[in-house]
Amino acid sequence: MACIEILFRISDKFTATSRHYVDRLFDPDPQNVLQGVIDMKNAVIGNNKQKANLIVLGAVPRLLYLLQQSSSSLELRTECAVVLGSLAMGTENNIKSLVDCHIIPALLQGLLCSDLIFIEACLRCLRTIFISPVTPVQLLYTDPTVIPHIMSLLSRSQHTQEYITQIFAHCCKTPEHQMVLFNHGAIQNIAPLLISPSYKVRMQALKCFSVLAYENAQVSMTLVNVLVDGEQLSQVFARMMQRDKPIEMQLTAAKCLTYMCRAGAIRTDDNCIILKTLPCLVRMCSKERLLEERVEGAETLAFLMEPDIELQRIASVTDHLVSMLADYFKYPSSVSAITDIKRLSKLRHTRDFCNQLDHDLKHAHELRQAAFKLYASLGSNDEDIRKKITETENMMDRIVSGLSESSIKVRLAAVRCLHSLSRSVQQLRTSFHDHAVWKPLMKLLQNAPDEVLVMASSTLCNLLLEFSPSKEPILESGVIELLCSLTQSDSPALRVNGIWALMNMAFQADQKVKVEIVRALGTEQLFRLLSDPDTNVLMKTLGLLRNLLSTRPHIDQIMSSHGKQIMQAVTLILEGEHSIEVKEQTLCILANIADGNTAKELIMTNDDMLQKIKYYMGHSNVKLQLAATFCISNLIWNEEDGSQERQDKLREMGFVDILHKLTQASDPSLCDRAKTAMQQYLA
Amino acid sequence: MYQVLKEVGLDLERANQIAGFHTNNKQKIGVPFAAVFLINFLDVCYQEKELNQRLKRLYPAVNEQETPLPRSWSPKDKFSYIGLSQNNLRVHYKGHGKTPKDAASVRATHPIPAACGVYYFEVKIISKGRDGYMGIGLSAQGVNMNRLPGWDKHSYGYHGDDGHSFCSSGTGQPYGPTFTTGDVIGCCVNLINNTCFYTKNGHSLGIAFTDLPPNLYPTVGLQTPGEVVDANFGQHPFVFDIEDYMREWRTKIQAQIDRFPIGEREGEWQAMIQKMVASYLVHHSYCATAEAFAKSTDQAVHEELASIKNRQKIQKLVLSGRMGEAIETTQQLYPSLLERNQDLLFMLKVRQFIEMVNGTDSEVRCLGGRSPKSQDSYPGSPRLFNSPVHKASSSQTYQTEQNNAEVEMELDHFSNGVSESSSNGFLNGSSTHGIDLEECDGDMVDSAQSKRQLCGGSQAAIERMIQFGRELQSMSEHLRRERGKNSANKKMLKDAFSLLAYSDPWSSPVGYQLDSIQREPVCSTLNSAILETHNLPKQPPLALSVGQAAQCLSLMARTGSGSCAFASVDDYLH
Repeated sequence: MACIEILFRISDKFTATSRHYVDRLFDPDPQNVLQGVIDMKNAVIGNNKQKANLIVLGAVPRLLYLLQQSSSSLELRTECAVVLGSLAMGTENNIKSLVDCHIIPALLQGLLCSDLIFIEACLRCLRTIFISPVTPVQLLYTDPTVIPHIMSLLSRSQHTQEYITQIFAHCCKTPEHQMVLFNHGAIQNIAPLLISPSYKVRMQALKCFSVLAYENAQVSMTLVNVLVDGEQLSQVFARMMQRDKPIEMQLTAAKCLTYMCRAGAIRTDDNCIILKTLPCLVRMCSKERLLEERVEGAETLAFLMEPDIELQRIASVTDHLVSMLADYFKYPSSVSAITDIKRLSKLRHTRDFCNQLDHDLKHAHELRQAAFKLYASLGSNDEDIRKKITETENMMDRIVSGLSESSIKVRLAAVRCLHSLSRSVQQLRTSFHDHAVWKPLMKLLQNAPDEVLVMASSTLCNLLLEFSPSKEPILESGVIELLCSLTQSDSPALRVNGIWALMNMAFQADQKVKVEIVRALGTEQLFRLLSDPDTNVLMKTLGLLRNLLSTRPHIDQIMSSHGKQIMQAVTLILEGEHSIEVKEQTLCILANIADGNTAKELIMTNDDMLQKIKYYMGHSNVKLQLAATFCISNLIWNEEDGSQERQDKLREMGFVDILHKLTQASDPSLCDRAKTAMQQYLA
Repeated sequence: MYQVLKEVGLDLERANQIAGFHTNNKQKIGVPFAAVFLINFLDVCYQEKELNQRLKRLYPAVNEQETPLPRSWSPKDKFSYIGLSQNNLRVHYKGHGKTPKDAASVRATHPIPAACGVYYFEVKIISKGRDGYMGIGLSAQGVNMNRLPGWDKHSYGYHGDDGHSFCSSGTGQPYGPTFTTGDVIGCCVNLINNTCFYTKNGHSLGIAFTDLPPNLYPTVGLQTPGEVVDANFGQHPFVFDIEDYMREWRTKIQAQIDRFPIGEREGEWQAMIQKMVASYLVHHSYCATAEAFAKSTDQAVHEELASIKNRQKIQKLVLSGRMGEAIETTQQLYPSLLERNQDLLFMLKVRQFIEMVNGTDSEVRCLGGRSPKSQDSYPGSPRLFNSPVHKASSSQTYQTEQNNAEVEMELDHFSNGVSESSSNGFLNGSSTHGIDLEECDGDMVDSAQSKRQLCGGSQAAIERMIQFGRELQSMSEHLRRERGKNSANKKMLKDAFSLLAYSDPWSSPVGYQLDSIQREPVCSTLNSAILETHNLPKQPPLALSVGQAAQCLSLMARTGSGSCAFASVDDYLH
């Protein structure tokens, strides 16, 4: 009880002195006000409690008022900015309160003053506010005159350079932000700062370039042509990656070059990428680096080599990267251990300790997702690398458990990794089956956000390939309904993956499976997909149809129940404006139909369709000619019932002449196909 | 042709050796071939120059007199199935290559010195031959050469056919990718943590071996016909950026030094440093500075101020080339010193002779004509003393010829000799003792730098010089009779007299003696001798500790501590 009393008294005392400080801001004598602000400055330094008190007691609006008043002395205004900057250094709540008091426009206004000391104080405060995650960065861009003015302040002093570049580095988050800064000459203004004598300025300038260049071709293309003191920017960045430079600088310079490379401004076979950036990023993944550096290093490296098999090959042999990444899963030794410790420590009320553990846990997630991303990127093209990855200790187990982790970031990265590895026929046949990866994958598909769903369904497509031993168990787990529902998604990527998976599933499948697919999908949905605006969806749907219509009994069975609609759809596509590939696929379907026993008649009785086939036999594209000829060849095949009548009818329609002409075709396979067809007549 | 050779920077002896070889061949195979040989020969010269430069840059801490660097494969230390060509850089297999029993290796001429800190060489696969069973690595002296590197104890290798690393064992561990024709494989030995990693086409493959023993030789082994590999010990730029890797380790070692804890003794530490600085200033007779420093740090000076000033005066004279006066003053102030130390006197006199040739010694300068204008151009001495600053490198090369222990101290002394004039120069002017120092300062600069005529160009002076030379000769004979032969003295005199054999002594091969930098060792020897008679240390504690640090480093090099490579004492003497 006594304890609490003392506590109250102390806080009372605090509030009393704080109130005194605030009261002095309202003194009629400007000299007293100034002294009051200076005393306040000395009182708040390093004292979060005092800062919070002053904010609660309303010091901020008064300070802002004094700062904005042109009647205030420059000294007073400067001291106000300094105190506000100090308040901003406190907790996130302080920042929120300051932002709520409209401190940002007031400080930005202050930048219009000509006094350098005052400008620096305003910028320092702005910097502190803008680098906080709670400040909406948009506030920097609300007034269009702000950016050009700030840009002009870059030449004023080393301090303005440091604060401004730091603000830019934190406030450039979208392509729009990049373009605003770019259009106001950010590159020309900031480039010279890369050789500033101040390390802080060099570092912040470098960070600016990394955020400006990220996924921005225009910025990146401009950057390669910039000279700093007669030296190309890529050379300046390469120098900053030297191994005796601070790690932060090496990493950020590597990011800049990575982004420039991915934006197409630097070739992937350029020495500064292959011999400098890539090895630098691999070094960042080493155990010696801090956790944050390892995460950033791995993510950047994954991004750098994603599209380039040569970089993937080099990285896979550099400094044991593949096994080095396995260490990312060893931190902390186990998640359950951490939660145990947490439970224990909560009993002891050591909050700092708990925070530390939360921090560690977050890092553990970050590390794992970064490793998965990098594995995904490494294995996206080369079979040998995939093998190396899956042979890494407990790799498949780690992916499987990653698929069901609580952190969505980890789940997404794990499924990306799985997807990358699922491109390997060998892995599909072996490790994927051994570890029953389809189980957690199916679970993931039940209820996941779209980005995870896209990856997971794409992986499923590969697992449903005909040679994959996982195909059977997946079929039995009732996946068809799920895939059919994906085809109704708003996202084109999900629709493609859904129909793609169905197509793979239907390939050389049992009659039962095919019937089940047609039933679950429904003809209505099938035809809706045939008119899908996305060509990929259309192609895969045609592919599904083609796979459904294979082997004679299946053809006849499906055509007998859905023949009318299918013929309609085929007509529609052949008449519509479609690419060669789409039409070829459609003609192939027609050829499959022509292979059926009873299904043939659906074509033979359709003169319009026969005219279309005739038209495509004379088309300028060989692929279409080939498919159409194949179709006719099936119709006139000798050994089947009624072949004589069909031959006669088609002869009457002039097909023999066309076939005859095609036997002279320059394309050897078309020529062969036509000759085979002609033989049916001769026999 | 010698012109070319000079440009290449090759010493003449070596050039003759190679050229002789070349002319022999010319007689046999005719002119066009001679041209080819000439080109090849020049190639070798360039290569050798580049090699020397690169090795110097990469391994500055290595003393090649003591531990030579590997420069080629050894024709003596190889199995008979190995053939060498192209200056012993190319290795080819000439055995049957039927079984692993036909494997053959070759070691480099020398083991890797620990003072490299980080050592690196590359091997280019010219042809993988029949099966490409090639091993690149390291082995100790005496390891069986009828094997591939890595198979035996104290032998380590990375093999091309399977990409495995072999660590003193017949079974390999999966390590890196395979390698074949066209690939460049690098091998880096870190002598600080005793590890090794390989590179392939400029990409580091990660640590292959740890806990390596010292004194390993670069080694390659081949096993099937047609296998050919070329080594690069620094003849060409490396594909891998080894210098970047070395930068990292240099930074690490230096950070380690910077962070070295001095613990609880911080106060003592400071007092000790102040003592060292004070004694150093006294030793080199910077009396005003020493006085001020002692006062501000509250210390006692253990030598009388007058004595310091006397020494300072003598040093001034020596450093300005006025040896005659210097000897006279010494005899005046320390009457018995030179009498007791005849070798020292002889050395001073030889120096005086050289200064006469130079035209700077007061005896000849008073005979020679001087421009009256320059007589008053005081202060001229700072300019003179400043000039050696630009020649810092030349003084260093000279000093490396001296014995090890003295190197650092003289280097150190040199740098202080320079600052002396600027900080303490005024003291000379205010000196109340007999000799007027500023008398001829002005044209000393001239005579040393622009005129460069023998003895300042005066006939009388030349005659005096010749006479002095005779006296010197008789002194030398006298000394020999009295005290026996002294080869150092003999050489000193011979070198000094050789100056007269050239029409322009300054640009002659012995002209270096005329450089004012050569006054510094004389000056320091004389100073030490004076101090010894006062029972004061011959060397200041600061110089001693700098010398000790340098000694420690060379001891580290000898005992295999690679970090000595990145802790040069010079780096800490600004």
